[in-house]
Amino acid sequence: MYVAVKGGEQAIDAAHQWLAERRRGPQETGELSVSQIRSQMRLAVDRVMTEGSLYDPELAALALKQASGDVVEAVFLVRAYRNTLPRFLYTCPLDTRTMTIQRRISAAYKDVPGGQVLGPTYDYTHRLLDFTLMANGDAPQGSEPATEPLEACPRVLEMLNREGLIEGPDGQTEQSPGHQDQEPGDITRDPLSYPADRSVRLQALARGDEGFLLALGYSTQRGYGRNHPFAGEIRYGQAAVEIAPEELGFPVVIGDIEITECDMINQFGGNQTEAPRFTRGYGLGFGQSERKVMAMALVDRALRARELGEELSTPAQDEEFVLSHCDNLDSSGFVSHLKLPHYVDFQSELVLLRQLRREFQQRAEQRSPSSGQVSSESKQESEA
Amino acid sequence: MSTQLANSIDAGGYNFAYLDEQTKRMIRRGLLKAVAIPGYQVPFGGREMPLPYGWGTGGMQVTATVIGQDDTLKVIDQGADDTTNAVSIRRFFARTAGVKTTEVTTEASVIQTRHRIPETPLQAGQILVYQVPIPDPLRFIEPREVETRTMHALQEYGVMHVKLYEDIARHGHIATTYAYPVKVNDHYVMDPSPIPKFDNPKMDDSPALQLFGAGREKRIYAVPPFTRVRSLDFEDHPFEIQRWDESCEFCGATESFLDEVITNDQGGRIYVCSDTDYCRQRQHTTPKKQEAYP
Repeated sequence: MYVAVKGGEQAIDAAHQWLAERRRGPQETGELSVSQIRSQMRLAVDRVMTEGSLYDPELAALALKQASGDVVEAVFLVRAYRNTLPRFLYTCPLDTRTMTIQRRISAAYKDVPGGQVLGPTYDYTHRLLDFTLMANGDAPQGSEPATEPLEACPRVLEMLNREGLIEGPDGQTEQSPGHQDQEPGDITRDPLSYPADRSVRLQALARGDEGFLLALGYSTQRGYGRNHPFAGEIRYGQAAVEIAPEELGFPVVIGDIEITECDMINQFGGNQTEAPRFTRGYGLGFGQSERKVMAMALVDRALRARELGEELSTPAQDEEFVLSHCDNLDSSGFVSHLKLPHYVDFQSELVLLRQLRREFQQRAEQRSPSSGQVSSESKQESEA
Repeated sequence: MSTQLANSIDAGGYNFAYLDEQTKRMIRRGLLKAVAIPGYQVPFGGREMPLPYGWGTGGMQVTATVIGQDDTLKVIDQGADDTTNAVSIRRFFARTAGVKTTEVTTEASVIQTRHRIPETPLQAGQILVYQVPIPDPLRFIEPREVETRTMHALQEYGVMHVKLYEDIARHGHIATTYAYPVKVNDHYVMDPSPIPKFDNPKMDDSPALQLFGAGREKRIYAVPPFTRVRSLDFEDHPFEIQRWDESCEFCGATESFLDEVITNDQGGRIYVCSDTDYCRQRQHTTPKKQEAYP
């Protein structure tokens, strides 16, 4: 007699054991340590921290190890862990003006106060496989960094703002009446609702999937919601995190985090009553995450179309479309759930489909005994 | 609650049933609102769970919120207790809440389900928790939530009837076989989750409390006990449920939802009850079977 095969506990346990074995790989090769991943796979670690919304390089590295290098899986591990952490208080807004710069470029000016600092970038590498790495050759040591401290690096867009050529960071102009900082929303506590304000949008984009945002940002460059971007400034380095406990009355620094920030300068608006000025898009991510923050800035700017009175016609400008689909936990979970059994639904469809086909046959037979005319007749019927 | 908190140490450093008490309180508020407005989708601050979105995180958050130490939990997927995801979710609660689990429908106080309502009629005091992928029945007609929210508020359900009518015009039947839309308490049109329409009549006037959780979409809704739940239809095309000419290979049931199982590549197939507990109860006269997880 047939016995229905169902995946039971033993199957799950066995699968987990096998997975653990595959994760480790052959015993002859040395085991990858979390500190190796943290220091030598730092860009993957940065992406896991950014999309996992948790600044903890060690846990991100552990997640990558546990996930066999699957970044989305690692993001998932970090997020699920993050969700269990108590929330003591919110930090003060980061002051990125005073951050310690490791890299800082502007594509808008040839030189800017503080200078262009190339920093550790893949940008001008020739993408030739380096076989010495395969032979475990040591990378050549770079020259000692210049001992003289970097000059202060004021924000490029602030200099434009001083001239009134660009809107303020929050999209406001100084002239705007009654303008004050709004309390930002928190998408980890409250569900997204539309229309969403910019602080909520930026939060969703900051943890959004890099690939998805990259594609959307790219689409704006190709004409689907074009907004003429210039990379006004991209900076990467350490920023101090401050908290201001109520009982203390003043902020204290609790540590430094590595961040990348992108300010895009975009096409200007303006009308009868308002002088034309450049607009902005903004991106921020943990670690060195330039691709992500640039894409984020493009999409942020595209999503401001409504507030800037632009025509809404493309996917990147569609707030509900972008924000509902940018989270890779949402998307990978729902796509992968197709692997779960659906045989009750499928059976329901089978029952109906068989009935419809039976009735179709009966109708066809009633109308014409010769099968040649069936298709043309049924076509007429559907057109009627 | 104090005993539940004390238990948290046993659950491996996590709070009773995984979620922290603040989150549970937030979800309970949502549930209360949902029960007060049957069929209305209440937004809630859905959390990441250690299982993927789309795999039952909404149902799990609801279960984690309503379950207490004295509850007995049953988890089914496709009607069966032994499908992989049902096993996984049952283990999750056995581990994080240490509650008693069962496969017997009548013994359970909380039943979490995906895609089925048990064949055995539910009783007063039982809670049925549905896992919901897409909570809005209008989503596939109008993808924008900004629009559908207004449509629900104004009971603008004409488009839904047009969709059902188009099915009839095209196929001669309403071609929706699962997640068949229902009208709750004569107001909200609600997605009953992807249960087969076979199960829809069981929702009507049920003595059990029915709670729906959509984790990824961050929505909760509910059908309180003894609430009117009508499947949408037309006078000349009344709602009907699936019927099979065959009967269950194991227990001979003719009135239960049957899964088709392919037995060979020569077209051989048999039909078996999708509800494994119902089938087992019919096969054996000794109904009490209980599974306890340490």
